[in-house]
Amino acid sequence: MTEIGLGHYLSLGAIIFFLGVIGIFLNRKNIIVILMSIELILLAVNINLISFSIFSGDILGQIFTMLILTVAAAEAAIGLAIIVVYYRNRGSIRVEDIHGMKG
Amino acid sequence: MVITSRSTINSVFFLILDFISVGCLFIMVGAEFLGMILLIVYVGAVAVLFLFVVMMLNVAEQKQSWFIGKKSTHIPTGLIVSVIILLELLVVVGGWKYKEDLMSSSTLLLSEISNTHQLGLVMYTDYILYFQLAGIVLLLAMIGAILLTFRERVGVKKQSYLNQISRDPSNAVELIEVKSNQGVKLDD
Repeated sequence: MTEIGLGHYLSLGAIIFFLGVIGIFLNRKNIIVILMSIELILLAVNINLISFSIFSGDILGQIFTMLILTVAAAEAAIGLAIIVVYYRNRGSIRVEDIHGMKG
Repeated sequence: MVITSRSTINSVFFLILDFISVGCLFIMVGAEFLGMILLIVYVGAVAVLFLFVVMMLNVAEQKQSWFIGKKSTHIPTGLIVSVIILLELLVVVGGWKYKEDLMSSSTLLLSEISNTHQLGLVMYTDYILYFQLAGIVLLLAMIGAILLTFRERVGVKKQSYLNQISRDPSNAVELIEVKSNQGVKLDD
């Protein structure tokens, strides 16, 4: 059994980032899934920061991770509030139906 | 599973599973405080927020998943972009050679005190500005979310502070001369 090293964590971060990006692009259902994909991408960033922080012995990465967690929580709250308001106005949150913001 | 699941509820639950797994990984690798924060904040707050919104919006069941349905021009583009990004990331990770003496920073991990202790020692001293800015970001998010979802309801009796404060005795109290054997008609 090989020891779990930095490369494994970075690979996990890359795979989760890839899943988030593919979730944004391929989504045809609703915006909530897009918000969850953004959460996945931020989680991948956190994995990278924490693994570098641990394996290089520097705690600064974990502080940045705290800030990213804060921003991600704020973004989720604002995004969900926008979705609620939009659903109240239009009655649908399908991605294909959103054409109202074209200039 | 988060992105391919047919119902949004299932997506949220797979997202929670993902957060729990990554939190366990963080605890395993030595960042206990952030692992617990991830479990508490994400699984406890953000994921439950997602669940509430999914429940409120009543869009849990969708008729078609993303790979059925009519043709979309986004799918090939998205696949190409995603695969390119994944390949780039894997190339970077695979070709990574890091120096042996990587520990050259000022905020080194000390092994004799716990992770939370170290984080507190650094965060409240050197990075107090960022800590306060994070607090302001959270406050702004809270105010923004409340402002966005607030709506004025009609027919709800509320206090109007301005009207209460701007009353003065000259027009609030009215003296009525009451004649005997006649009632008083109060206008309201």
